[in-house]
Amino acid sequence: MPEIQSYTMNFGPQHPAAHGVLRLVLEMDGETIQKADPHVGLLHRATEKLAESKPFNQSIGYMDRLDYVSMMCNEHGYVLAIEKLLGVEAPVRAQYIRVMFDEITRILNHLMWLGAHGLDIGAMTVFLYCFREREDLMDCYEAVSGTRMHATYYRPGGVYRDLPEQMPRYQPSSFRSQKDLARMNEARSGSLLDFIADFTDRFDACVDDYETLLTDNRIWKQRTVNIGVVSPERALQLGFSGPMLRGSGVAWDLRKKQPYEVYRSLDFDIPVGVNGDCYDRYLVRIEELRQSNRIIRQCVEWLRANPGPVMIDDRKISPPTRVEMKDDMESLIHHFKLFTEGYCVPAGEAYAAVEHPKGEFGVYLVSDGANKPYRLKVRAPGFAHLAAMSEMVEGHMLADVVAVIGTQDIVFGEIDR
Amino acid sequence: MSQKIEALAARVEQCLQGKVTRVTSSCGELTYVIAPSDWRAVAEQLRDHETLRFEMLIDLCVVDYLHHGHSEWQTEDATRSGFSRGVARDAAAQSHFAAAQGETATPPGQRFGVVCHLLSLEHNVRLRLRAFCADDDRPMIDSLVDVWASANWYEREAFDLFGVLFRGHPDLRRLLTDYGFIGHPFRKDFPLIGEVEVRYDPASGRVIYEPVSIEPRTLVPKVIRDDHRYQPEIHDEASYREAGNRA
Repeated sequence: MPEIQSYTMNFGPQHPAAHGVLRLVLEMDGETIQKADPHVGLLHRATEKLAESKPFNQSIGYMDRLDYVSMMCNEHGYVLAIEKLLGVEAPVRAQYIRVMFDEITRILNHLMWLGAHGLDIGAMTVFLYCFREREDLMDCYEAVSGTRMHATYYRPGGVYRDLPEQMPRYQPSSFRSQKDLARMNEARSGSLLDFIADFTDRFDACVDDYETLLTDNRIWKQRTVNIGVVSPERALQLGFSGPMLRGSGVAWDLRKKQPYEVYRSLDFDIPVGVNGDCYDRYLVRIEELRQSNRIIRQCVEWLRANPGPVMIDDRKISPPTRVEMKDDMESLIHHFKLFTEGYCVPAGEAYAAVEHPKGEFGVYLVSDGANKPYRLKVRAPGFAHLAAMSEMVEGHMLADVVAVIGTQDIVFGEIDR
Repeated sequence: MSQKIEALAARVEQCLQGKVTRVTSSCGELTYVIAPSDWRAVAEQLRDHETLRFEMLIDLCVVDYLHHGHSEWQTEDATRSGFSRGVARDAAAQSHFAAAQGETATPPGQRFGVVCHLLSLEHNVRLRLRAFCADDDRPMIDSLVDVWASANWYEREAFDLFGVLFRGHPDLRRLLTDYGFIGHPFRKDFPLIGEVEVRYDPASGRVIYEPVSIEPRTLVPKVIRDDHRYQPEIHDEASYREAGNRA
């Protein structure tokens, strides 16, 4: 009888460490991976085709659902592509609001990543810590857009509305004492900006907390150091971007290299790894948390000092206010046309990319002059990363597959689209 | 920014003389159309030539130009029929619409455009390349997998969704659609509602596929308005008046 050299193992799609619905077909030699074949598409919703059948603005909500842990950044890419074709630019205040929420989103995403990655490779506690801070940021989302996750807040030409003057508060209830209520509402007595400012003051200490749990933790290092090493040359070949590329030592960040919105006038640093392993990518993301916090602080300061419009004053793109609409015929017509037909975008094509928490999120938009996109292609960072899965896990043990999935920060909403 | 683009254009055109045709862009991007037969060779040169150095393939996708420039509702003059009557549900009207589309179908060899976006980290520039597959029935183009490894999955996706074959691809399987899926769903002639639906059949005790039971509908018609409202002259009043006088 011939000796069996390798065998095939199925991993997922229903596996808690598969970050959604990843099915991996692993060819193993003992416990060593020889080849990994990811089967994706279990969450394929044809977002790009759906967008072709709708006016431009109606697809913004679909963008939230692509990478459903960094919602507003997805919207940002889409909205920028439309603005590029229309040849318009959002008012400065809207740009600051967008940047602030991009960075809030980055923290949201990295916290989710840190918690889940920790949980996957045996660090339970950090998950609970991360979700404590996520909750506050979700409240910022809710305060500004009305929803905790799928905000649909960015619009071509600005943002949907200005920041609220009053941060929503917890209401008295029979389940919590007066003392608890007062404590919970402590940071919420002022505006949204006050709440965010309070968060930025607290957050650096929170990051220290996570680091005490992980950075020098022996088990954490054993699970991440020298796992999934990618050389800088290979990272470029494989189309890596974001922390995956920076972890390998390539100092490339669109916020610095091809600045969009107001990133040019903000002060922040780009962390870069050395070895290109899971541990370096962890360090890069942790530092990004601190840098994002720094950016948010600058935005809050600017936004406090500079009131102004948050939407361009072009009735062919942005709808009039309700008040205008009620007593002005032309406004009524504009409103009607915008919400039934939408706006027509000049024929042409544009590619707009943002530095999404996971990497370069690009939107390629082809318009034939109609009120709907002719073709929308979303360049999801995770797609290129997952494509390199086989290469990254080759020669590692089965348990390291989980570490690599975690370090790639896989979210299936954007990979399957 | 535009200076940088022009400088890059000069370098590309010098390096790839006669192989590239520049496409005008309104938003400061550089796009070249190339012959499908040059696809691989041009890609390799763009990657390796020292004045270009496009180290990274950011994205590769296909655009189906079948309905490009066709609106679903004619709005040139005031219509007696509203949109709902304009696209009546009955078969005759449907086929009439299809025929109207057919009259001005894209010329042969212009349907499937393969588009790739390149990024040069060294020079900090982007470039878009496009080639049209020569044969509309069996669209085929060279694979770029051995130029940029990231092309692997992008090409699998493009094959899956549009049916474009990539010559020399090591593993051209479907990627996103279901196991055993038939058709290429992102083609413009593939219905948005799909062809089949799936449900659990208690009688046979397994999941079965059936033709779709829902009807296709268009909620918002696609209209193309040629009123030039975004042209820069309109915003510059003086030149607008001048243009009006000329007309």
